Amino acid sequence: MTGVRVIGAGVAGLTVATELMSRGRDVTIIDRAPRPGPHGCSWWAGGMLAPFCEGETAEEPVVRLGMEAADWWERQGVILSRHGTLVIALDRDRRELDRFARRTSGHEFLDREGIAAVEPDLEGRFDRALMFRDEAHLDPRAALRHLHERLGALGATFIAGEASPDGPAVDCRGLAARDVLPDLRGVKGEMAIVHAPDVRLTRPVRLLHPRFPLYVVPRANGQFMIGATQIESCDRRVRVRSVLELLSALYALHPAFGEAELVEIGVDARPAFPDNLPRLRRRGETICVNGLFRHGFLLAPAMARMTADLICDGKIPEVMDEDHS
Amino acid sequence: MLRFYGTEIGSRLMLGTAQYPSPRVLADAFRRSGAGIATVSVRRESGGERAGTAFWDLVRELGVRVLPNTAGCHSVKEAVTTAHMARELFETPWIKLEVIGHTDTLQPDPFGLVEAARILCEDGFQVFPYTTEDVVLADRLLAAGCEVLMPWGAPIGTGLGLTNVYGLRTLRAQFPDVPLVVDAGLGLPSQAARAMEMGYDAVLLNTAVAKAGDPAAMAEAFAKAVEAGRLAYESDPMEPRDMAAPSTPVIGKAFLE
Repeated sequence: MTGVRVIGAGVAGLTVATELMSRGRDVTIIDRAPRPGPHGCSWWAGGMLAPFCEGETAEEPVVRLGMEAADWWERQGVILSRHGTLVIALDRDRRELDRFARRTSGHEFLDREGIAAVEPDLEGRFDRALMFRDEAHLDPRAALRHLHERLGALGATFIAGEASPDGPAVDCRGLAARDVLPDLRGVKGEMAIVHAPDVRLTRPVRLLHPRFPLYVVPRANGQFMIGATQIESCDRRVRVRSVLELLSALYALHPAFGEAELVEIGVDARPAFPDNLPRLRRRGETICVNGLFRHGFLLAPAMARMTADLICDGKIPEVMDEDHS
Repeated sequence: MLRFYGTEIGSRLMLGTAQYPSPRVLADAFRRSGAGIATVSVRRESGGERAGTAFWDLVRELGVRVLPNTAGCHSVKEAVTTAHMARELFETPWIKLEVIGHTDTLQPDPFGLVEAARILCEDGFQVFPYTTEDVVLADRLLAAGCEVLMPWGAPIGTGLGLTNVYGLRTLRAQFPDVPLVVDAGLGLPSQAARAMEMGYDAVLLNTAVAKAGDPAAMAEAFAKAVEAGRLAYESDPMEPRDMAAPSTPVIGKAFLE
């Protein structure tokens, strides 16, 4: 196929389309709502490009493939912050930090002075932290808009509507593709955005907590994205308890967040396969790109590269499986 | 053969299904442990309209008996409602009854527990109450209709092991014929082995396996410990004594140097 149909305009679809355009293919992107917005799971993402931190629970391919992400996004002209990730724990959970360190790489321990030097607003609040210097973060909504506009400028066609999931196409529909991917499931995530002009953080901060782990990602204009629950369900309703947990943990991170304005509360269900690893799957003439789980912006670039390798060069990617059903 | 409410139980290790890195790792842990019973949290994952179905299907595919629980319930009413939802979803009268009395320690609420147990037993449920090692409370739960008791080793998720060995020993001695399962607080296989050596019928754990670096390997380690502990219990272990007693007699032994 010289012209390629891409179904789905979330982070997977837009990255695949971008990668195919860069290799000289004409691309048509079909989505019920092709403009980035709250209808898509990617809209609610944290936007952390943190392969090393994710290695705490994710399997090896996530760490390795995720290492491509920051450079890829930067090459597309997306604004990126490359200030690393700071990982902390409250006093009574301080051993969590050692466990986290044992299971990850690419970090160094900071003491009180070290923490004050990188994040002055956290001075005196924590004795120890883990710094992952080679990680980055982006604003997912800005990144989606950027890809969308750039694809349009390069001549990609966006069609608003339903597309048949059969025939030659790249199916990037996320959880909606459950009609053809029976082993796909939803993992619900709830998040919030707060406006806290009194708090300044330069990089994502992860608070390790045995019950309520939290991450806080700084966004522009004094806003912070806080996330995220991880619940085995494809339900898309925000629960009071989840928000309570997120906000309590946020307050524990810094009491100044108590004065923050609650700007937004969001929820969606992440598409995941049973091993929580992403896959390319061939279904007849269709190639499904799915299962990015909580790693949409982290893994989409590698998935897009492998999809383009397959379509343009016939190169079978490592995360490929065949559907013989 | 161990029986819970008349059902023969093949494995004395029971595992929770929460907090694993992925459902595949969860399945690997069950395979390697040979655990025969899986506890599933109904409340958190439900979200009405059977939204958690995909995960529950994965649990059903493990091919083990499902023991749904009322984890996270803080009142009798909540626990009873959740139990009904569980019975409908999993088509089982079994319910692990948790009524949490203290948010920070997740300590059971003994009063609410007895009340909820009575309501559910009268309604035909087969109740597995998550309780403390208190013998009076145990007595009340049995009077309410429970035929299995699940005393804690330590608070949920702490991995502290058996924090009140005396209490657990007393409970075992007081109720020699009631199936007793140490539930919660285990962090290491040696702690599980100890519970089994004390004559506990089974152990139930989640975090120690799910949060291990290699959950499947840790699941197998627990399975071996449970087997070793049970075998030791059945072998009638020696009593500890203060006097050294050589296993070969010294008197009459030839001195060669």
